[in-house]
Amino acid sequence: MIANFGYKDGSGEFYIAIDTDKCNGCGDCIPACPSHILALRDNEFDPMADDQMVVILDEFRKKIKYACAACKPDHAVHSLPCVNACAPVAITHSW
Amino acid sequence: MAKEFWRWKEYNWKNEDISWKNGSTISAGIDVGSVSSQAVILVDGELYAYSSMRTGSDSPKSAENAMNWALDGTEMTMQNIHYVVGTGYGRVNVPFANKTITEIACHARGANTMYGPTVRTILDMGGQDCKAIRCDEKGKVTNFLMNDKCAAGTGRGMEVFADLLSVPIEDIGPLSFEVAEEPPPVSSTCVVFAKTEATSLLRQGWPKNKVIASYCSAMAHRVVSLLERISVENDFVITGGIGKNIGVVKRITDELGANTLQSKYDTQIAGALGAALFGRALAEKERK
Repeated sequence: MIANFGYKDGSGEFYIAIDTDKCNGCGDCIPACPSHILALRDNEFDPMADDQMVVILDEFRKKIKYACAACKPDHAVHSLPCVNACAPVAITHSW
Repeated sequence: MAKEFWRWKEYNWKNEDISWKNGSTISAGIDVGSVSSQAVILVDGELYAYSSMRTGSDSPKSAENAMNWALDGTEMTMQNIHYVVGTGYGRVNVPFANKTITEIACHARGANTMYGPTVRTILDMGGQDCKAIRCDEKGKVTNFLMNDKCAAGTGRGMEVFADLLSVPIEDIGPLSFEVAEEPPPVSSTCVVFAKTEATSLLRQGWPKNKVIASYCSAMAHRVVSLLERISVENDFVITGGIGKNIGVVKRITDELGANTLQSKYDTQIAGALGAALFGRALAEKERK
């Protein structure tokens, strides 16, 4: 499953996509994020399964543009700590 | 008091053909949304009763009201229900829920039953948010995105327009086609700015229907751009209150070049129905 966390508003499209088929639940991305927006949780999108997945914490989902500004303060392409920390390449940013 | 045109009808329904006393698993799903709340009761997976009401300022009370209204006239009480699942924006506020499940999973599960296993893309146009969901033949979510930061393309936006134009909300869809030619969409999809824009269009002499058409088309355009991110695969369905607004639905399908499936079920109960179906599965899993 691809879970897109974030939003689209007048200023643009801001989604972080987590591919749960790739995410192995190692949690290496969590300490890598300087804004502490990631966490490991039960996969609430499949209530019959017992697996865990990385999610963007609820309180950040509507402001990830600002939370992620710590790693990408401008529109240039940056090397992102969360993406780099993820060995199975499960995290992608839309902006 | 001035007439409130946004006030959509609250309703309940009961399947007279089912005798719930013979059922082995009775499950319920409650979807407490930001604008409306639905309760669905299933007897062994068959739709037995449902209700749809406006959510008040008190979410636990709204959940209770919706449940009581679905139970109304059935002789069933809360004690007869084996498993209750709460879902929706106010799901943590359902006091009698055995479990809460995110509405994304519930909508996919509900749509799978409502429209059949061929459904792959679901657009839920709710009261205050919009969700685009892709699922497999079992109703399991494979991709989703949600937009709840901005009320553009939601039922609440339509309510505001119904009131502004003094048109009952049920009539908006058909009236939006009564225009000589399709007007350009209002440029602001933000409800507040769109309202400002509509007011000035009215002042310029635009007839009401033209303003309605313009807003329906802006709303359609807005959600189509959301759908692009997950890409639409047939069969495509629209759930939620806006699913009943032909003016928006037709403009979305025209823009996508897709058809929507029709269902005998009410489009607004998808979330609660999915919750009740999960409730049944969880109750049976616990029994084993």
